[in-house]
Amino acid sequence: MSPTSPMQCAASLSAGLLLSVLPLSLGASGSAMAAESTSQSEQILRIANGAEPGSLDPQQTNGTWETRITRDLFEPLIAYSADGKLIPGLAERWESSADGLSWTFHLREGLEWSDGTPLTAEDAVFALRRLLTPATAAHNATLYYPIVNTRAVNTGALAPEQLGVATPDAQTLTITLSHPSATLEQTLAMSEAAPLPRHVITANGADWTRPANMVTSGAFVLNEWTPQSHITLTPNARYHAADTVALDEVVYLPIEESHAALNRFRASEVEIAYGVPASHYTWIQDNLAAALHTYPILGEYFYVFNLREGSPVADQRIRRALNLATRREVITERILGMGQIPSWHFVPRALGEHQGARFDFADWSMDRRMAKARELMADAGYGPETPLELTLRYNTLEDHKKIAVALGAMWKPLGVKVTLTNTEAAVHYRDLALGDFEVGRYGMIATIADAYDFLNAFSSDNTSNAPGLSSPTYDALIEAAAREGDVGTRQRQLHDAEQYLLDNDVVLPLYDYVTSSLVDPAISGWAPNALDVHPSRYLQLDTSH
Amino acid sequence: MLSYTLKRLLQAIPTLLVVITLSFFLMRVAPGGPFDGERRLPPEIEQNLRAAYHLDEPLPMQYLRYLGDLVQGDLGPSFKYKDFDVSELISQGFPASLELGMWAILAALLIGVPLGVIAAIRRNSTADYVVMSTALAGIAVPNFVIAPLLALVFGVLLGWLPAGGWNGGAWQNLLLPVVALSIQQIAYIARMMRASMIEVLGSHYIRTARAKGLSEWKVILRHALRPAMLPVVSYLGPAIAGIITGSVVIEQIFGIPGIGRYFVQGALNRDYTLVMGTVVFYGALILLLNLIVDLLYSMLDPQIRYDD
Repeated sequence: MSPTSPMQCAASLSAGLLLSVLPLSLGASGSAMAAESTSQSEQILRIANGAEPGSLDPQQTNGTWETRITRDLFEPLIAYSADGKLIPGLAERWESSADGLSWTFHLREGLEWSDGTPLTAEDAVFALRRLLTPATAAHNATLYYPIVNTRAVNTGALAPEQLGVATPDAQTLTITLSHPSATLEQTLAMSEAAPLPRHVITANGADWTRPANMVTSGAFVLNEWTPQSHITLTPNARYHAADTVALDEVVYLPIEESHAALNRFRASEVEIAYGVPASHYTWIQDNLAAALHTYPILGEYFYVFNLREGSPVADQRIRRALNLATRREVITERILGMGQIPSWHFVPRALGEHQGARFDFADWSMDRRMAKARELMADAGYGPETPLELTLRYNTLEDHKKIAVALGAMWKPLGVKVTLTNTEAAVHYRDLALGDFEVGRYGMIATIADAYDFLNAFSSDNTSNAPGLSSPTYDALIEAAAREGDVGTRQRQLHDAEQYLLDNDVVLPLYDYVTSSLVDPAISGWAPNALDVHPSRYLQLDTSH
Repeated sequence: MLSYTLKRLLQAIPTLLVVITLSFFLMRVAPGGPFDGERRLPPEIEQNLRAAYHLDEPLPMQYLRYLGDLVQGDLGPSFKYKDFDVSELISQGFPASLELGMWAILAALLIGVPLGVIAAIRRNSTADYVVMSTALAGIAVPNFVIAPLLALVFGVLLGWLPAGGWNGGAWQNLLLPVVALSIQQIAYIARMMRASMIEVLGSHYIRTARAKGLSEWKVILRHALRPAMLPVVSYLGPAIAGIITGSVVIEQIFGIPGIGRYFVQGALNRDYTLVMGTVVFYGALILLLNLIVDLLYSMLDPQIRYDD
């Protein structure tokens, strides 16, 4: 699970907010599109990449601003196409046994690390064992738990050598599962699962990610890394598809402030800017339309109800009333206005194949919903004369505040008196996990494109289960889906689990996230996709543009 | 003077120790930890992380471990920037902050001092009013307003200078951030200089100097300027420490690889080692600069002597 955005922390400092009107007035007369500037004969791509990566060790990264770089450097067995589909990576093909428990991956012939050392299945095994060793403390380790002995290895009960992975020969990797897994391929496509250069890590230890030491398997090698300044990648001549790579250089710039990124884009100092300032969205639509790409991603913005005893929203009538009275379109259209999708569901709709569940009142008129909500509140003993006092908690950020204020206003006619409390993210999420809240803001972004990734959070023993849902029915559905190999059956189970969350008003879903990027129209090979992956190996600059 | 300097340096050690101890324990009592995020980690994984950073040890033990490492010059690994030690992050980022900060202070002195002097000798004239109201505006408008405005006008609209980036500290990249960073300092120094100059100009020895028939310029340059600089010099100690340790706003808007952001990000991320590292560094810097200021005092003011 990746944090929503590094900008969340920085945004409170965000300078440009105060100036949000300025470019509107000055900008119109200013320099036009960035497009005309990239007239270098060399293919140099500069990317405003959000934040400084916490690491370039693929096993220590999980933010999009980090994996964007590690994916250029390290190719997993399974890779992503330009539009985010799974395609063969270092493995040219793979197959699973009929029971789905045994997987065999065949590496491409003649693979080499960027220093010329042969790349073998041993490197893949080394990487998986390293990833799941307790010392690595991998954030996503639970995704690998279907692999035999993973949990025991990850908790230190067994040695990494006991992991269910083996190399019958230098070209072949086998993975044994303890139960079928529908997400193994996606998991192995994450850059953290990519084979790693054993010889370099053994020789250099923690310093192996320095430009002087790093050896890669992907389309690029690490040429320079100055923290908080830039990371420069150059093509890897030994990459298996080196002849298809067009760029001569990729420069990642850690620009956290989205207004600064916009300025740099307008001044033609970057060709791609990930994330645009919401306050300037309309201006960008009007003035940089050809460069603007806005697309849904696998993320959900919602509130959780505290279901624990003693909480005022432990009563489902109240939770349903609040869900009924929430005008989601007002939030997406009037407050946010970037094309966010109002949620009558919980699992983001960008997850194409998932047949989503819905609130049963999704098609009701607002009048009908309000009437029902008032009735439920009255049943529960509340109304304008006998108001319900409710505390809404959110992590400090301007947009969260606007939404919380709007919710308070929408619920007021029901006789709900809302108090807003905000804390910084670290405190907020800890308190939610400890159950110290009534109604709390939450956000989730998928690590892999799978509904299970969202729904699993509400199993009774899951540490992210902020509502404190404890339902044998729900747990059974999630547990069954985790072990189900049949895609259709599994989808049904996940659908039922999602419907359970909605029917019981465990959450107050608000909208599906969208993300916006500015991409110079001179760039080809860039395609919006729900996972927001854009490997540089597919990108090309039209220098005649 | 030498023994005075040594004595002050020795006194700095207990001061730093107090700073370190307070920050260490304050940081740990702050709610929320370095691994708290949107999705809570499963207990076994959080346990792995805590063990990797020795956070599973009792707090006093962690404190002693930190002090032990610190004595050996080891500030520990950053929790957030895992590939680097805190000392590496500071030593890689400090040159940029230092370069930018020194230019800003230099600009502030070279512009602020003369402006203050002019305002003082032309007291209540148009020049005085213009200088002082501009200074007031300079203080009132924060750099998070000025900086994006400069980037927008000179970087985007006019295209004369880069809208951001460091480029190894090239002058084109330095100019806008130096301006943004120095405007407030110019304003402070000009106001301080004016007030202090007015006071000095009213003193007896200035009257004596004038009575001797010295020209007004000689009176100011030879007799008034040095004593009038004293408040500015004492202000410079902490001001330099503040400026050369970077500004998170300026760094983020202009994309400068300095250390200013580490103060804020370290705290928000509960990156304990990074926060401690910046606190130790900043504390030591302040103590050192205050010492230098005190030594400068003795050069400017003959009444101050640090005799052995």
